[in-house]
Amino acid sequence: MARTLFARIWDAHVVHWRDDGLCLLYVDRHYFHEGSFHAFNMLRARGLKVRRPDLSFGFGDHYAPTRARRTDAVADPEIRGIIETFEANARAAGIRAFDLADPDQGIVHVAGPELGLTQPGMTVVCGDSHTSTHGALGALAFGIGASEVAHVLATQTIWQAMPRQMRVSFTGALPAGSGAKDMALALIAAIGTGGAAGSAIEFAGPAVRALSVEARLTLCNMAIEAGARTGMVAPDEVTRAWLAGRPFTPPGWAPLASDAEAVFDAEVTLDAAAIAPMASWGTSPEEAAPLSGRVPRAEDAPDAARAAAWRHSLDYMGLSGGEAMSDIRIDRVFLGSCTNARLDDLRAAAAVLRGRRVAVPMLVSPGSSAVKRAAEAEGLDRVFADAGAAWEESGCSLCVSMNGDSVGEGQRCASTSNRNFVGRQGRGARTHLVSPASAAASALAGRLVAAEG
Amino acid sequence: MMPEPFTTFEAIAAPLDLHNVDTDQIIPARLMRRPRDERYATYGFHDLRFDAGGAKRPDFVLNRAPFDQAGILVAGRNFGVGSSREAAVYALLALGIRAVVAEGFGDIFFGNALKNGLVPVRLPGPVVEALRAGLHAAPGAWLAVDLAALLLRDAAGAAHPFTIPNFARDCLLRGVDEIGLTLTLIAEIEAFEHHLMPSRQAGAS
Ligand code: SF4
Repeated sequence: MARTLFARIWDAHVVHWRDDGLCLLYVDRHYFHEGSFHAFNMLRARGLKVRRPDLSFGFGDHYAPTRARRTDAVADPEIRGIIETFEANARAAGIRAFDLADPDQGIVHVAGPELGLTQPGMTVVCGDSHTSTHGALGALAFGIGASEVAHVLATQTIWQAMPRQMRVSFTGALPAGSGAKDMALALIAAIGTGGAAGSAIEFAGPAVRALSVEARLTLCNMAIEAGARTGMVAPDEVTRAWLAGRPFTPPGWAPLASDAEAVFDAEVTLDAAAIAPMASWGTSPEEAAPLSGRVPRAEDAPDAARAAAWRHSLDYMGLSGGEAMSDIRIDRVFLGSCTNARLDDLRAAAAVLRGRRVAVPMLVSPGSSAVKRAAEAEGLDRVFADAGAAWEESGCSLCVSMNGDSVGEGQRCASTSNRNFVGRQGRGARTHLVSPASAAASALAGRLVAAEG
Repeated sequence: MMPEPFTTFEAIAAPLDLHNVDTDQIIPARLMRRPRDERYATYGFHDLRFDAGGAKRPDFVLNRAPFDQAGILVAGRNFGVGSSREAAVYALLALGIRAVVAEGFGDIFFGNALKNGLVPVRLPGPVVEALRAGLHAAPGAWLAVDLAALLLRDAAGAAHPFTIPNFARDCLLRGVDEIGLTLTLIAEIEAFEHHLMPSRQAGAS
């Protein structure tokens, strides 16, 4: 029978199948970060050991300071404590942890793929919702909660019900100036944050095939914001070339794809050629519009419930509705996060900034320490510094504001991250999600704008 | 932590007239670094319940009697979307909430809730809206979650059927957790590791 890419990987990992359809899946790769302390505590409380320390890898990212690289330089004792606990838990279990001092430290969803730890055909889990990112390499990757992390540590398996399968096809070719972030925002604006609820998305079509692995990582990263369980792209020659020579890349892996006749539970098709640079205007990733357009008015919402939600969002964002997107003044810019802080992203932003000066403060935090070194090797750090942007260390930073950095109350930030939720970047902070190129152009203009050309 | 057995739970219900309540709103990220303890009761919906100075916001439903005694929340669409933080569930439980009724839930939140003894009750939009309207009209009215029968009963005597995965329901009814059950399958896990993994590493089939 014709099978999807998803079903192929799923079937190859079933350890036990219950009558009600629930499956116990073997986990090839488990990642964790500092937030894992709840799970390690649960394990200790039950007197259980880590079953396969060789299959888990830790990354210090969520609480990582971006202005210093030493744990003892972290001023806040609570934050310092959580970083130390993470390192101690990994050490005690015999797990390799890429801590702050490690040259391969980075945001888990940037560094994992980059080290070749995420491989086509694998099952990957992490106690973090954006684990879907790893699907860009043709892996089956799920975000899980703390109880599940404890379960994986103890058993190297996870219980899952098979999600619905959805194929999202992008036809045509993406116009110059638009990128994977714009594809993701356009998709979520079209189908809503619940549009892919309970589904595993396979991204397909010529516009996806044409994307670099880094751009595919961005697209799969945002799948979760459409409500999906995960996102994935069939691995191909682009994947093979990108993975070649990375520290943990295996010598060989077989091709893997959905059969041509495979049937999906749902199909969504978008015309890539019609995707313009986008930005979010509200407090949900579905509340996004082209930068060349206008902020919608609540009264124009398709239904009463949406009108109420939009009113609420507009109110929080300090917008009235109807204004031109490009008239929205911003206070600062964040270029970072597991969505958009890979080398391609930094290059795209630097190309816009080169030889010019930012009008508002801009923080640049590379997705990993390796990305930082690579960017410095080609002089991107100088481009950012000459433009007046702050070039810092790698970590989640302003994506989630756990490391002590935050956007001030009522301040407006153009951000390359993935969530514009109320308070995500700090209490009362207003987030506009954009691509790296648009973030750079907005930093120059002090307003939300797309890069020219 | 093993959840307590859950069979029927009856409590005052509060209407939460918000859609897309994300886990950042249920517990702000900056409060999550703390270990799970009694302080979690002040973390739940923290920025909705308290203003910047720490004073209670009188307009937030859980700050008003009788809803401050609520054990069940009735929300809108898409409750618990966003981050995978299980701390959101800990915070709700610390507030005394044992069930949330909504038109839909964030996937990971839904699973996290079940693993900790918080029952997510998914019902059709019009039913959820009617329940919220009823709670506004009669503040202090109770709802009852009957997990054995998979029914949500309201004070007017109506019973609304809902579903949750069998496995999670069994665990909840018996008060056991998944790790304990999975460890009974350890021989199958070992067999998988010995016989199936090497062939897969050469390339997925
Ligand atoms: S960068 Fe943001 S979204 Fe990515 S793992 Fe860190 S906190 Fe999560």
